[in-house]
Amino acid sequence: MLVPDNLFFTKDHEWVKIEGGEAVIGITDFAQGSLGDITFIDLPKLGQALKQSSVYATVESVKAASDVYSPLSGEVIKVNNELSLHPEMVNKSPYELGWFAVVKITDLTEKNNLMDAKEYKEYAEKLSK
Amino acid sequence: MEEHTGFKNTPLIEKHKDLGAKLAPFGGWLMPIQYSGIIEEHNWTRKSAGLFDICHMGEFEVEGDLDKINLGEFITVNLKAMPSGTCKYGFMLNEEGGIIDDLVVYRITGNKWMVVVNAATTDSNEKYLRSRLNSETSIKNVSGVLGKLDLQGPLSKKILDDITGVNINLEYYTFNYFKLLGENIIISRTGYTGELGYELYMPNEKVIQLWEKILSDSRVKPVGLGARDTLRLEMGYSLYGQDIDNTTSPLEVGLGSFIDWNKDFIGKEALLKQRELGLSRRIIYFSANSRRSPRHNYRINYKGSDIGIVTSGSFSPSLGVGIGMGYSKVGLEASEEIRLTEGAISIDAKVVKRPFYKNGSVKYKEMKNACAG
Repeated sequence: MLVPDNLFFTKDHEWVKIEGGEAVIGITDFAQGSLGDITFIDLPKLGQALKQSSVYATVESVKAASDVYSPLSGEVIKVNNELSLHPEMVNKSPYELGWFAVVKITDLTEKNNLMDAKEYKEYAEKLSK
Repeated sequence: MEEHTGFKNTPLIEKHKDLGAKLAPFGGWLMPIQYSGIIEEHNWTRKSAGLFDICHMGEFEVEGDLDKINLGEFITVNLKAMPSGTCKYGFMLNEEGGIIDDLVVYRITGNKWMVVVNAATTDSNEKYLRSRLNSETSIKNVSGVLGKLDLQGPLSKKILDDITGVNINLEYYTFNYFKLLGENIIISRTGYTGELGYELYMPNEKVIQLWEKILSDSRVKPVGLGARDTLRLEMGYSLYGQDIDNTTSPLEVGLGSFIDWNKDFIGKEALLKQRELGLSRRIIYFSANSRRSPRHNYRINYKGSDIGIVTSGSFSPSLGVGIGMGYSKVGLEASEEIRLTEGAISIDAKVVKRPFYKNGSVKYKEMKNACAG
């Protein structure tokens, strides 16, 4: 299970990469592994306001549809439209090619509600046992 | 991973774990859902051959004089019309015409049959039949000692020919005994995938050996219940407990052609009445206009009205769109536009005819004479 050091994580297996006032968001390697083959992603719209811990996307795998929660509050300024045609990129590359959106962060203190890589790794490993 | 306790295991449970399978409960059993991935396993079955652990399914051996046994009263299959060495799909119905189970009957000899039933209903079926069969009918539940492996895919025949060393020349829905690993095992030309395929019945203690022997052929990959579900759905085959149950009739699900009306069986009167009065709902098949998949219990909308419910839905790996089936109160023609909804989800789709996937090798016919072309 891949857990990059420089990211922050939710207990619902979303990741966020904070770069200045912007955040790239997506779902973790653990999440894509549990979902199996991802077949469709209902992505957020440009300009959409996201709220921390609220649903902002839906991921469909062969077996089921699952909600995706936003790790931070903010406004969507970029969407990974490649995923409409190639949702399987999330399976292949959850932290790189499989990013969902870029958000303009409204409240950086919300970061305190997230896990760092070490905490998330322990958390996810416990779930894998 | 979640802990699974209190479920039955097939003889292959450790093999599945070794292969890294995702396991989940199904019909009271802990079963492999996927190995390498549902889509990959699905596609492999469509182009080569997939091996399925189907040991969870139930089998009864029924014996007795055909003129004296009363098994025929409880199933839609006409036992008298079946030659030895053939199999037939049918139903066990309640008085209202609801499906207690769907099943396949094998006529082994003149006075011996094997009835193959669903895993979740095996015990209740046994109880039901035991309390109703007459003293001339002997029934034995052999589910606990008989294993079952399915080999499905266009290359399945060649693979079985190579493994057995003989020509497995079987017409669709027939079977025979073949010598394998020193054992006479039943191989039937049957399946649930829409591909040329076979179902193999062997004693439980031979299951691991046979599984490994077949898997050692590089044309074969293990396939879990996840892909079994997408494969059967692409053909529009019903799944018991999901698309059909004791409240749905074979006519509503469009399987009336599997009913033999020339004989009596429990539920026949109810079905005749349904035929006379017309059906209040009917199964329809639909294909989404996108990769979005309808799911079990989504509502079906037609021209703004709620007309029914989705019973099965999934992404179709072969077609690259969402597909599904469900019951509609309204008779709809192919290509009519409908909408499948659940909360904020709304999927545009159109009605289609089954099968969704039309290139399956299931109807494969062996060329009797190569020169005749």
